[in-house]
Amino acid sequence: MIEAADVPVWAAILVSVLVLAGALLTLVGCIGLARFESFYQRVHAPTIGTSFGTILLLLGSIVYFTVTSQRLAVHEVLIFVFVSVTTPVTLMLLARAALYRDRAEGNDNVPPSADPEYTDQA
Amino acid sequence: MSATILFWSILAAQVLLALAMVACVYRMIQGPRAQDRILGLDALYVCAMLMLVAFGIRTGTTVYFEVALIIGLLGFVGTVALAKFLMRGEVIE
Repeated sequence: MIEAADVPVWAAILVSVLVLAGALLTLVGCIGLARFESFYQRVHAPTIGTSFGTILLLLGSIVYFTVTSQRLAVHEVLIFVFVSVTTPVTLMLLARAALYRDRAEGNDNVPPSADPEYTDQA
Repeated sequence: MSATILFWSILAAQVLLALAMVACVYRMIQGPRAQDRILGLDALYVCAMLMLVAFGIRTGTTVYFEVALIIGLLGFVGTVALAKFLMRGEVIE
């Protein structure tokens, strides 16, 4: 257990700014998720939280644990690598599934497929 | 001094993250379609993960970091499975 009182003031301010900025960016992304009009707009919004929100919050965590444990603590990089690799994969799959569903239902809000062989039986 | 700064700023960050989770839950309930609900769930996972990182800074233990890593892993698997299900109607082909 590490006491927060041992942290120097400059480190506390740095950690505070990083953590608050990360949380604020995540909040902005999630408000976008709640407010945008169509699914294809909404799919962009939460990625601000998964990219810069995560980076800033994890940077704050790295600074805090590096200062308190007196050695370089970089295990948060694991989370960052994992999130930054998986988020595009999941959102691509989700957007393709949504596109497929909209085309299968014949909705007007999506462009037709460029593939001339395309049928609804994908 | 620094303990006070850290306490209040991390508390504020946790409140902001909780508001973000509320926005995600709103999108999950409101829909209107299944893909919107899955997107809300995915964003909720990320917010919960960041919330746990903030808890870890607050308590000064690295246990929360491991929980956050597990949440990141399971969120990825869950969202991919749900997206596959939307696409094909089954998860494992």
